[in-house]
Amino acid sequence: MHPTYSRIWEMQITLEHYLFLSAFLFAVGVAGVLTRRNALIIFMSIVLMLNGVNLTFIALAHYLSDMVGRVFVGLGVTVAAAEVAVGLAVVIAIFRNKGTVHIDVLSLTKW
Amino acid sequence: MISSPEINISSIGPELTVLLTAIVILVVDRWVAKRKPWLPLGLGLAGLALALGVTLSLWNQSRAGFGGLIAADNYALFFNLIFLIAAAMTFLVSRFYLDQNGMQRGKYYVLLLFALLGMMVTASGTDLLTIFLGLETSAVSLYALAGFLRGRVKSNESALKYILLGAFSTGFFLYGVALVYGGTGTTNLGRIADHLAKTDLLSSSIMLAGMGLLIVGFGFKVAAVPFHFWAPDVYEGAPTPIAAFISVGPKAAAFAAFLRVFSTALPALKPQWTPVLYVLAILTMTLGNLAALSQWNIKRMLAYSCIAHAGYVLVALVAGEELGNASVLFYLFVYSLMNLGVFTIAILINRRGKGNYHLNDYAGLGTSHPLLGAVMALFMLSLAGIPPTAGFFGKFYIFAAAVKSDYIWLAAIGILNWLVSVYYYLRIVVTMYMIKPEIALKRVRVVPEFVVVLLVSALGILGLGLFPSGLMFLVKSAVIF
Repeated sequence: MHPTYSRIWEMQITLEHYLFLSAFLFAVGVAGVLTRRNALIIFMSIVLMLNGVNLTFIALAHYLSDMVGRVFVGLGVTVAAAEVAVGLAVVIAIFRNKGTVHIDVLSLTKW
Repeated sequence: MISSPEINISSIGPELTVLLTAIVILVVDRWVAKRKPWLPLGLGLAGLALALGVTLSLWNQSRAGFGGLIAADNYALFFNLIFLIAAAMTFLVSRFYLDQNGMQRGKYYVLLLFALLGMMVTASGTDLLTIFLGLETSAVSLYALAGFLRGRVKSNESALKYILLGAFSTGFFLYGVALVYGGTGTTNLGRIADHLAKTDLLSSSIMLAGMGLLIVGFGFKVAAVPFHFWAPDVYEGAPTPIAAFISVGPKAAAFAAFLRVFSTALPALKPQWTPVLYVLAILTMTLGNLAALSQWNIKRMLAYSCIAHAGYVLVALVAGEELGNASVLFYLFVYSLMNLGVFTIAILINRRGKGNYHLNDYAGLGTSHPLLGAVMALFMLSLAGIPPTAGFFGKFYIFAAAVKSDYIWLAAIGILNWLVSVYYYLRIVVTMYMIKPEIALKRVRVVPEFVVVLLVSALGILGLGLFPSGLMFLVKSAVIF
């Protein structure tokens, strides 16, 4: 086998790998929230952020052999679901009144 | 062997009362709402009174429960008091407002109670887990309430903006919790402090990043600059009673958790977080006050004034020690009373209907409705912090604490801001008494519930302004530092 490949096969996946991956996912989510203008895509980006955090929790819980991190993931998923449920209800209400879910049209960028 | 944690159900007495009330209303509303529209309101008020009784009965007992997840100490109970008063006042002014807008629904009160429940959990949480759950319970209920007038575009927009930025901030808060958990291996506030005291983790990047993200998360919740974008638009579009509640309840709850987390779990990192909060406090006060100067919609003006008030509370957080932390509690109590009072009047003087709250609508109020005008003037003087109102002592204690902890410059900037804020509060008083209205004032009908709310808040402000030591005594027995 080619030497580089064999090194990849033997590489240990450590806590740092998980932490960097989850930080990356979180950053992608933040970038999505800041740059996208469609309410639904913003919601997806927020869920990506939360899932990045969940990955951190799971990795840490495994590394520390502790239950709290796992409990946090369960609760975090529940909270994200509740937020998106209310969010979609609001998006539907807006769509009925305005016919669009583009946040620029909604004068929401009056920051 | 797994030992079961100590439950101690009495430690969540007030929360349980509120939860049961909400469930009872939810069930009852399904069957009798059409015939007895006052029933949800009546049941809700009864539940709030009961919760108040439970809260008072637990005073000085300092019960902890659920294996250290939650504690009914005086600190939490004092905040419960603020939340219960705020919720009761919001309940009272809501019936009239909902009738006006044709949205009389029992679910409104249920959601309000769930939001209240979340705030109580936030204030009594002694673990980042409970604090997170409390913050989210109240936030999700309030998202729905902000968009409660679902046929109105402004209310929709307000709810969407609140959800998007609220959920965004949740991500930061949760990531902060995760990193603190990674750094210390626990989420219990006491154990985090123990761990930090024992080990040399203070400069580790994971703890610093976690702390920074927690500050961002809390900063969003208390609407500190530069995380304040959502506040003015949400307040403007949300139903006015809900705007009043959002400006008081979640803010007090977030400050309760903010203070508890930073003074019990992260005191070892004080040299690191003090400068951050120092800058945040200055930015929040200054930008809040400057932006409020140019607002002509009273709800937007109040939103910026609330941002500025959050800045004063941040000054108290920076000052710390017993006096600083006590002045946080004192200020939040007084602030709730005066803010709820002002929003109550804003509901009454909504003359052009459909959510138009122009400041000029107040012209001539002082002469045509002397009593209402006098009460409004009192609230404005208190918000501006002019003696002998309670608002003066709130600011006085904060700046005294800042000076005592040697933050002279911070106190000086705060006092300059205080002077700026006097201008836009007194502008309303001047409008009420000196400016002739363009259209003659219609008679404002003050319904009995509003009389109760205005009387309680006005007497509270005046009473606490004349005898602040009573509340200060209560605060001193509740404060943690």
